[in-house]
Amino acid sequence: MFDRILIANRGEIACRVMETAQGLGVSCVAVYSDADAGAKHVAMADVAVHIGGAAPAESYLRGDVIIQAALDTGAQAIHPGYGFLSENPEFVEAVEVAGLTFIGPSALAIRAMGLKDAAKALMVEAGVPVVPGYHGADQDDALLAAEAEAIGYPVLIKAVAGGGGKGMRLVEDASGFAAALASARSEAQTAFGNSDVLVEKFVTQPRHIEVQVFGDGTSAVHLFERDCSLQRRHQKVIEEAPAPGMTEEMRAAMGAAAVRAATAIGYCGAGTVEFIVDGSGELKPDNFFFMEMNTRLQVEHPVTEAITGVDLVEWQLRVAAGEGLPTAQEHLSINGHAFEARLYAEDVPAGFLPATGTLSHLRFPDGVRADSGVRAGDTISPFYDPMIAKVIVQGPTRAVALKRLSAALKATQVGGTVTNLAFLGALAGHAGFGRGEVDTGLIARDLETLTAAPEVAPRHLVVAGMAALDLLEPGEMAGFTLWQLLRHSVTLVAQEVRHEVSVEVLSPVRQRWYVNEEEIIAERLGECWQIGGVPAPAVAVAGSLVTVFDRYGLTIAVVDPLDQAVGAAGDGNLIEAPMPGLVKAVDAVPGQAVSQGDRLAVLEAMKMEHSLLAARDGVVAEVLAAAGDQVEAGAALIRLEAEA
Amino acid sequence: MKLRSQALPSSEGFQSNRKAHLKALAEIAEAAEAAALGGGERSRARHVSRGKMLPRERVANLLDPGSPFLEVGATAAHGLYDGAAPCAGVIAGVGQVQGQEVMVVCNDATVKGGTYYPMTVKKHLRAQEIAQENHLPCVYLVDSGGANLPNQDEVFPDRDHFGRIFYNQARMSAMGIPQIAVVMGSCTAGGAYVPAMSDVTIIVRDQGTIFLAGPPLVKAATGEVVSAEDLGGGDVHTRLSGVADYLAEDDAHALALARRAVASLNRAKPATVQWEAPEEPAYEPEELLGVVPADLRTPYDIREVIARLVDGSRFDEFKPRFGETLVTGFAHLKGCPIGIIANNGVLFSEAAQKGAHFVELCSQRRIPLVFLQNITGFMVGRTYENEGIARHGAKMVTAVASTNVPKVTLLVGGSFGAGNYGMAGRAYSPRFLWTWPNSRISVMGGPQAAGVLATVKRDAIERAGESWSAEAEAAFKQPTIDMFERQSHPLYASARLWDDGVIDPRRSRDVLFLSLSAALNAPIEETRFGVFRM
Repeated sequence: MFDRILIANRGEIACRVMETAQGLGVSCVAVYSDADAGAKHVAMADVAVHIGGAAPAESYLRGDVIIQAALDTGAQAIHPGYGFLSENPEFVEAVEVAGLTFIGPSALAIRAMGLKDAAKALMVEAGVPVVPGYHGADQDDALLAAEAEAIGYPVLIKAVAGGGGKGMRLVEDASGFAAALASARSEAQTAFGNSDVLVEKFVTQPRHIEVQVFGDGTSAVHLFERDCSLQRRHQKVIEEAPAPGMTEEMRAAMGAAAVRAATAIGYCGAGTVEFIVDGSGELKPDNFFFMEMNTRLQVEHPVTEAITGVDLVEWQLRVAAGEGLPTAQEHLSINGHAFEARLYAEDVPAGFLPATGTLSHLRFPDGVRADSGVRAGDTISPFYDPMIAKVIVQGPTRAVALKRLSAALKATQVGGTVTNLAFLGALAGHAGFGRGEVDTGLIARDLETLTAAPEVAPRHLVVAGMAALDLLEPGEMAGFTLWQLLRHSVTLVAQEVRHEVSVEVLSPVRQRWYVNEEEIIAERLGECWQIGGVPAPAVAVAGSLVTVFDRYGLTIAVVDPLDQAVGAAGDGNLIEAPMPGLVKAVDAVPGQAVSQGDRLAVLEAMKMEHSLLAARDGVVAEVLAAAGDQVEAGAALIRLEAEA
Repeated sequence: MKLRSQALPSSEGFQSNRKAHLKALAEIAEAAEAAALGGGERSRARHVSRGKMLPRERVANLLDPGSPFLEVGATAAHGLYDGAAPCAGVIAGVGQVQGQEVMVVCNDATVKGGTYYPMTVKKHLRAQEIAQENHLPCVYLVDSGGANLPNQDEVFPDRDHFGRIFYNQARMSAMGIPQIAVVMGSCTAGGAYVPAMSDVTIIVRDQGTIFLAGPPLVKAATGEVVSAEDLGGGDVHTRLSGVADYLAEDDAHALALARRAVASLNRAKPATVQWEAPEEPAYEPEELLGVVPADLRTPYDIREVIARLVDGSRFDEFKPRFGETLVTGFAHLKGCPIGIIANNGVLFSEAAQKGAHFVELCSQRRIPLVFLQNITGFMVGRTYENEGIARHGAKMVTAVASTNVPKVTLLVGGSFGAGNYGMAGRAYSPRFLWTWPNSRISVMGGPQAAGVLATVKRDAIERAGESWSAEAEAAFKQPTIDMFERQSHPLYASARLWDDGVIDPRRSRDVLFLSLSAALNAPIEETRFGVFRM
């Protein structure tokens, strides 16, 4: 085993790798950019090396700098994590040239899988099923129709030079083939100047099922499948293992195909073979097709770990250190069901835009695996993927695991940024998903209901008001008045609606709130507030934002009366002399259009020249003074036309 | 050390006392509630329709949410001016802004446009006196038309009239006690000097106005026709005249600016006393209503009250075996060390000497004094006069008058005659003076006063050789008894600001604590006593 390794990554995966490595007694070197100097992975590491600027190209993609850091710190191997340099064969070679071990496959294997078409050909050779199709040069109509028949309908006609859906036709059955072919050809000709087409099987309700493989360079095992069909624009959202509806027969077929794929390229380390599966009916062993192979540890590897009990990072380290495969295929088995949800700082209503912010609060429920590269107080910066954590749950059955996922998401608390937590929660509660009816189109079909904004109830406004007015931990004398209660008010904004909320503090343990004409009593029992008889959700305050941890986190803004800008002064039309002095110059001309900040005149007074600027955009109506005039303080010099 | 109560909450006496106190309390609560409503429904609605916050909302939003507010003069002017000036048209009290204790003075424009009645002036001056003695920054929430013209003779010319407000502002500012004004409505004539004399002034746009003479008077005087806003609105005063410093968009903005102004005062409370960890009394303050007899004439042990006021009901009684009608001793109230001087009967020479001794002790140690007043007076009669009770009484009065430690007085029963003086009555400038609903205050008891007058009259009648029937004497005495009864009532007293307010006995501990806390904003000066008649 290595004494020291360097992790050429950041965020949750760097932390994840270090956790296992340090558990094995391996010392860890972290690398970090300017933006990550205070990051969790740096704090966790035994040694940390600064490698450059915040942009990945200046740091995490600088293979030379990273290798030098490994040499300088005495690391024997480099773990690439995922992303960044993890599938870069030149980097692998450079690592090896430097006399270090790359914890992952060979450059050869990465290259073999890197070129998608060549990879497919390789797989066909290895007996791995690929999407059936005709890619030949012979474009004879009858031949194409025959190929389509052989592939089996429905089929897709695609322009060879195509892209963006142009020259693409879906053909449901043989009767429509000829017409579709003609129109696809003519469209392709117009768009690309090339009318050649190919024919492929059309998978009507595609599911994304991938198989985890692990090789030691000579042989390989598989660690069963993961279903990653819940995707939004090709981004995985929730992954699970095993795949719902999977049969033993199909699992064996897919596993064997994946192992064949790995051994065909002499694969070493953790890898994933992705398949497209027709999800329109029951899963059939002849109905999965190779898509590509990812030659690295996947983001979603924890679900496999959860059901197999294998620590994949431990395997990576042991195999890279020269051991053979730690467990034989026949000793691997599935235990229960697992889910992983990817928690991101994302503005879901704004179309899932990546968000930033400082996490004022971050809490995951007990008993849940949360792989996270950030801590409360850390910042989600715009430089990297805005992932906050992966929430991973396991249960004896899919139903139980899914319930646990729902519960875990409900109990997850993130303050200081918007997140996709409500969206994840809605997905976890989706009826079709619950029944295991997953396909890659599910999210897009039900996007509206899945992204519906959760309703903000009066009690949420009350607890936000309590946080805003610092009334969660009232002092011993709170609410004391001799006779008449005082009513303090605060303006809150929730989902763009303003709420004037007010409160009478009755005692340290009792408050009467007024929300939208409704009276609500907040009462403290022990350490907990009851609002209208219901336990108050937890809250976190970050500046003027309060996050109420209910309905997956409601963000409520507190309006600070001081934020009101006091408007311009009374007669904004007049430019007056601020003090007695001599008019040195007048720049303004009647009728001239001026912009705010333009110099209109210069006044000399007290041995200084003072520029008189337009306070707003406008048109000069009158010039009331001329250069050389001695004027009194307050004398009108220039008048702008009154605003409409 | 720990006091042991003899009270039996289940006893009939306890329950009937409680009932009587609750009845007296209800009367005060009703008066306070009416006062808090200010000028009535119509005038409040008109005020709100102008986009203004009601005065109590202004106070609430100035103060730290939920923080305690020790209101002063909550029933001032009760029953005066035919009820035209509830709460004397101005709210005053000690509250917290940004954790700092301040004196808030807030005009109630729903009460005759916030104009100053004689009691309004007196209350405003009393609030300033509290601020000055206790070094509390002042925040004036101004919305007032100035002097109430029909009462001009009682609000303008004398020393403690309107002009004294501005005199106080200047003197306090000179002492380093910040003066902050928020102009949220009119500020006319003399009233214009409140913002003008302040260290920092905030004004609300299109709402606050400051001018020496309003548009009608200007028109009458010079013929100039000008709008209130152009004459002295927020824009004018923050841009042209410099009479105000900050322009606010509305009440909420103005109050937030005032809070910010307080935040930047850079003041810290002086370290004056040795605080201890606070502790609840061993006996429930709620029981005060039962242990104190409903009838002032019924004697009871004042230690029953002390046991329900002080931390752990612990009382280090000083000289317990000497001058037993005055109870003196050390205790803590919510952690604050205090010296208690409490009546337990008529004052005799020994008791007065003991009282003077104890005041000297507390002065030397700089321990604040709490007076629990229930006194019918000094003992009368030949024996006592001949042993020099006036001399001994004078010693106690001298000590109480001279001491520089903060004094807080609570009337828990009667306050009659010279006993009032020795027990830090209003004339002896306690920092705060609070009363219970059962308390009574007058120069002597009504029957005694009637008796004195009847004796004088009987002597005259009998000198003339005539006789005076018992019925005739009783008829003669009744009006005096009635007058004393009416005038000694706590609402009558509080209406005239002879005290700072009537309080719920059960909240005495809180009130005393807040009073002490406010008082400790000022350093405790060294005391120099006057000549004691030995």
